[in-house]
Amino acid sequence: MERLSVTLCGWKLDNPVIPASGTFGFGYEFSQFYDINMLGSIATKGTTRERRYGNPTPRIAECERGMINAVGLQNPGIDKVISEEFPKLKEVYHKKVVANVSGFSIDEYVECAKKMDAEDIVGIIEINISCPNVSHGGMSFGTDPQQAAEVTKAVKAVTTKPVFIKLTPNVTDIVSIAKAVEAAGADGISMINTLLGARFDLKTGKPIIANIMGGFSGPAIKPVALRMVYQVYKAVNIPIIGIGGIATAEDVIEMMSAGATAIQVGAENCRNPYACKQIIEDLPKVMDKYGIKTLEEIIGRAHR
Amino acid sequence: MKTLQNCKVLENTPLTHDVYKMVLENKTDWIHHPGQFVNVTIEGQYLKRPISICDWTENSLTLIYKVVGKGTEIMSTKKTGDVMEILTDLGNGFDTSKASDEVVILGGGVGVPPMYGLAKQCIKEGKKVHVILGFASKKDAFYLDEFKSLGVDVSVCTNDGSLGTKGFVTDVMKDKGLCDAFYMACGPMPMLKAIYTTSNSKGLLSFEERMGCGFGACMGCSCKTLTGYKRICVEGPVMESEDILWKD
Ligand SMILES: Cc1cc2nc3c(=O)[nH]c(=O)nc-3n(C[C@H](O)[C@H](O)[C@H](O)COP(=O)(O)OP(=O)(O)OC[C@H]3O[C@@H](n4cnc5c(N)ncnc54)[C@H](O)[C@@H]3O)c2cc1C
Ligand SMILES: Cc1cc2nc3c(=O)[nH]c(=O)nc-3n(C[C@H](O)[C@H](O)[C@H](O)COP(=O)(O)O)c2cc1C
Ligand code: FES
Repeated sequence: MERLSVTLCGWKLDNPVIPASGTFGFGYEFSQFYDINMLGSIATKGTTRERRYGNPTPRIAECERGMINAVGLQNPGIDKVISEEFPKLKEVYHKKVVANVSGFSIDEYVECAKKMDAEDIVGIIEINISCPNVSHGGMSFGTDPQQAAEVTKAVKAVTTKPVFIKLTPNVTDIVSIAKAVEAAGADGISMINTLLGARFDLKTGKPIIANIMGGFSGPAIKPVALRMVYQVYKAVNIPIIGIGGIATAEDVIEMMSAGATAIQVGAENCRNPYACKQIIEDLPKVMDKYGIKTLEEIIGRAHR
Repeated sequence: MKTLQNCKVLENTPLTHDVYKMVLENKTDWIHHPGQFVNVTIEGQYLKRPISICDWTENSLTLIYKVVGKGTEIMSTKKTGDVMEILTDLGNGFDTSKASDEVVILGGGVGVPPMYGLAKQCIKEGKKVHVILGFASKKDAFYLDEFKSLGVDVSVCTNDGSLGTKGFVTDVMKDKGLCDAFYMACGPMPMLKAIYTTSNSKGLLSFEERMGCGFGACMGCSCKTLTGYKRICVEGPVMESEDILWKD
């Protein structure tokens, strides 16, 4: 399967397919469907310093070719993630993960990133400065280049593993944020997180999501993600993990053409638990169809 | 085991003006408890639709659903011989080993279907079963003959009195002196809460929530309970009455 492999900051992945944070739990739920060791890696659920319950329900609203979620970073807190969730994952999964971390202050990011850095199972630390669900903190870090840079610098100062900053699309100029985190020392960029959205019940006229707004994702957002990855690839020299609306092997090829070195699959895992497996199995024949020998050779080919 | 399966439609017929019964060809050896559910793929709709198991045989699975939106409307157009995709073995269902020898089973509206499989199971286990079914009106009632043919005590009530007793399932529970019996119920939230407050006994209640995945990955369906956070799709939909943190 050499033709599928890609390298992220010196870490060789068997293939570029990584389930996205928040849509794959801590991985082990999916081992009842297939052998998750076939995945390139796994991005684990957004982890915070303290345990969080998240937002009230309803947290999910269906949309055309996508969904809105307002989970609000429900997670057991970093210590439990390390002492309980990672061991459960290690029983069924033998590769390294992309550990997604969230925070409401620079201190919190720093503390969580430091703890993740010490874990063998962590290959990359992914800093979510973009979750649109939480009313304080999260949002502002990702929408202001200066604050985004500060988080990056602070996390880089306490870690040895590659740090990827996960960007929010809910900004006017994503390139300025990407450049700021690169200048602050980020090893890579994950993009995009969800787009802020809302839905209303036709009978009552009221919001479907208890929190009113939530993060919109799924195939419907793919063109937005492709456009942003294309713009950012042009402006930075660090690798990009492309995220947003990926559901098929064709989508992977399109996202890598725009500039992604690897990709993540989010909402599609909810809709179809076998999504990542099917994408990986389909890749060779779709590559054949388009005359692609190796995936490495198509990264950013839109720019050549 | 949770698996994605293609099933042939054996029957899809209306039971009322908006409630349908769909029978699927399916090897049902994955079912652990009545009250579990499947997630039904609807072409053109992004998410699957959770529907409770109503009844099953070795080779068939019965679902009863109410047409409330686009997805259930598309389901209602399916013909015998069409193929439906379902994700099986979701949720915990009713663990009848927690119940006593005499039980009252209460269903309201589209909460009625899973109570049929549950009643059958309790009868098989030799329990004394009382069934109370509530509907908005006579035109909304379904499956009464099926319940009656189980040979147990079945009572019906409607909000407008057009069929059976006028009132709620809890009124019937009081009238029949069943407030000390272990209860198992599925229906709208106000009904579940009324049962909880009216009864002197413990029981098992089945809840609904909007779901993303239906198998435990997205945290879309979480609820707080007295013993911690639970996912309606994995640790539920059936909860022990003593575990529930009621919101008003
Ligand atoms: C565990 C469980 C078991 C269920 N069992 C049954 C059953 O046996 N029979 C039956 O008629 N109904 C049942 N429901 C409710 C059923 O899932 C919804 O009526 C159905 O999803 C509506 O889909 P729609 O496309 O017609 O409606 P729409 O309103 O168009 O659906 C839009 C979205 O909202 C979701 N949604 C809408 N209403 C509900 C609801 N009440 N609960 C959860 N999600 C909802 C849909 O799944 C979909 O994602 C059950 C729900 C749950 C959670
Ligand atoms: C249910 C759900 C939960 C999510 N939780 C997180 C999270 O905890 N941390 C994070 O960085 N992104 C989270 N995301 C965003 C995804 O990781 C991804 O960036 C986004 O959904 C876009 O990809 P998609 O279009 O493939 O879904 C979540 C998305 C969904 C649908
Ligand atoms: S619906 Fe995804 S965890 Fe329950």
